[in-house]
Amino acid sequence: MGIVAVLDQSSSGDPAARRRRGIPRGAWIGLAPFVVYVALFLGGPLYEVLYGALTSTKGALTWSNFATTFSAPYPATFLSSLKLAVYTTLIGGVFGLWLACAVATAGPRSPLRRIVSTGSGVLAYFAGVPLAFAWIAALGRFGEVTQLLQHIGINLNNTSFTISSLTGVELAYVYFQIPLMVLLITPALEGLRPEWREAATGLGASTFGYVRHVAAPVLAPALIGALLLLFGNAFAAYATAYALVGDTANLVPSRIQELVAGNVLVNETNIGLALGAEMVVVIALVMVGYAMLQRRAGRWAQ
Amino acid sequence: MRRNRRLPITRTRGLALVASAGALAIAVAASSGAASGASNWSTTTSAASGGGLSALIKAAKAEGTLNLIADPLNWTNYGEIISTFSKTYGIKVNDVNKLGTSQDEINALKTLGSQSRAPDAVDVGQSYALANGSLFAPYKVQAWNNIPAANKDPNGRWANDYGGYVSIGCNTSIVKVCPKSFKDLLNPAYKNDVAFDNSPVTANSAFSGLWAGALANGGSFSNILPGIKFFQKLHKIGNFVETPGLPGAIASGQTPIVIDWDYNNAAAAVANAGKFKWTTAVPTDASFAAYYAQAISAKAPHPAAARLWLEFLYSPKGQNLWLKGLGRPVELQAMIKAGTVNKTYLKALPPVSKPAQYPTQAQVTAAEAVVAKQWASSQS
Repeated sequence: MGIVAVLDQSSSGDPAARRRRGIPRGAWIGLAPFVVYVALFLGGPLYEVLYGALTSTKGALTWSNFATTFSAPYPATFLSSLKLAVYTTLIGGVFGLWLACAVATAGPRSPLRRIVSTGSGVLAYFAGVPLAFAWIAALGRFGEVTQLLQHIGINLNNTSFTISSLTGVELAYVYFQIPLMVLLITPALEGLRPEWREAATGLGASTFGYVRHVAAPVLAPALIGALLLLFGNAFAAYATAYALVGDTANLVPSRIQELVAGNVLVNETNIGLALGAEMVVVIALVMVGYAMLQRRAGRWAQ
Repeated sequence: MRRNRRLPITRTRGLALVASAGALAIAVAASSGAASGASNWSTTTSAASGGGLSALIKAAKAEGTLNLIADPLNWTNYGEIISTFSKTYGIKVNDVNKLGTSQDEINALKTLGSQSRAPDAVDVGQSYALANGSLFAPYKVQAWNNIPAANKDPNGRWANDYGGYVSIGCNTSIVKVCPKSFKDLLNPAYKNDVAFDNSPVTANSAFSGLWAGALANGGSFSNILPGIKFFQKLHKIGNFVETPGLPGAIASGQTPIVIDWDYNNAAAAVANAGKFKWTTAVPTDASFAAYYAQAISAKAPHPAAARLWLEFLYSPKGQNLWLKGLGRPVELQAMIKAGTVNKTYLKALPPVSKPAQYPTQAQVTAAEAVVAKQWASSQS
């Protein structure tokens, strides 16, 4: 499990010793393809986005693209995107943690545990157009579930529920957020040693006392880190929403699509790039926060 | 850049075919008298000044390839138009990014420049043609005078090619009584039925549909707001859904009523023939039409092929092929007058109760800004 590897690494030995060792010279040769790859496919596009966001259509330097993104409708869109990310993070976080706890208490070789961890590994990456298709096939106008419900007298078509709405998009996102939470939090749960609990109980702690004073503080960094990743995951997602509701979704990626590759707004590409740059900032903050929390979480992994 | 120094009139099969297209035959005859000294086609502004159509055909054949972009094969019969052109002249046609947008086309012209894979000619929304004239090469096709003055750039950098009306497509096996007007769409029987092909801020057809909805509800060319209000209401009562009414959604029945160009709805009818009947009606309470514009890239890697492509598109043959796909070719009136129009195709066009009028570019820009600002929030 990748996360475990990261945890192990960040906690191996004392930091000073690691610094002295440094990176052996030969390692740079092995690293070179990766560095080139990142420079080409992350650095290149990032430069294009920033350069475009800071220039006018004529090529002159300007702040006006960023200024425009602070006028209607973009702030409301950002808010809508943030809301979607927060809701799906909370729902995914709560249910994912619940499921992970249930699984962690089962023995490491129990079938339940194997099924859940394998299932989560698959479902966490089941997003985008395939997910939207599954969603439409299940709950769309002529979806299987929609028709089954009709047999028992519930006509979804007569209710206000439709998957072609932001609510529908949120539900679809939860579908990959829960398994992702399970994947992210299970290693931390496994890190809770039975001995700690025994020690706490031996010293007279109640179950609540153990959770309050031992489990929660140990888990907190990993938990918050996992939630941050869920947030970033939902905030940047686009394909699922696009396949379900097209660009009408009140989400930042949809606005970018309209500006960068639309048929209506002429020569406003650079405003889209400014929105893109702002998304990069949000995701960068999430990643920095995650990295810092990981360092803290690593303390208890040895 | 390939140059064509000689000017032989070889009776190739392709030339004979074009010559049979009537109007062009005269030009071919005229060109035989033209002097030599042709021709850097990338700066040539008409077939005559480049040594005549036959010289153009020869140069285009020597280039052998034509690069197009964002021409979906089921859009106004583009598939048949491209294959007919390709067969007639023996020129290989690369049509990349078929589902691309006008902005994609402009981006490709800007970023690819004169590379061998850059687009030679583009078909873009009117606004994109007006805003990007410097990217296009001035060229006047032989049929230039058949194009109404309002439908072309006086310098020849672009000209409208075909247009269509906003229409309401309808799946008769799901919807019992198909809507004939925007007002009909409010019928509670159409719950979860009505869709655009995408957001009106992304798709020109949906943007035009929204504007047509405005015209039907007290709006005007200077006021698109009633359209936004209308679709907000339609969304509130549950009739309008955000599902994009694209071919897949139409085929699966997800979007039984789709507001789109009449030629797109006509294509949906053909695509689903045998499965269900898809009808196309131009709403009785709003006639809104728009044209697309054809232009040659100023840096076209195949400048002669690009020019020949336009000559083909604006010949009666090309124009009739658009008509076959229920697009309304820009030379339609001239062709009706000259008797070169295909009457079977003409009859198949959905009837229009009111003749369309066209907004000015300033009105379009203003309306776009309003829709960009208000659409998404009006639907949430």
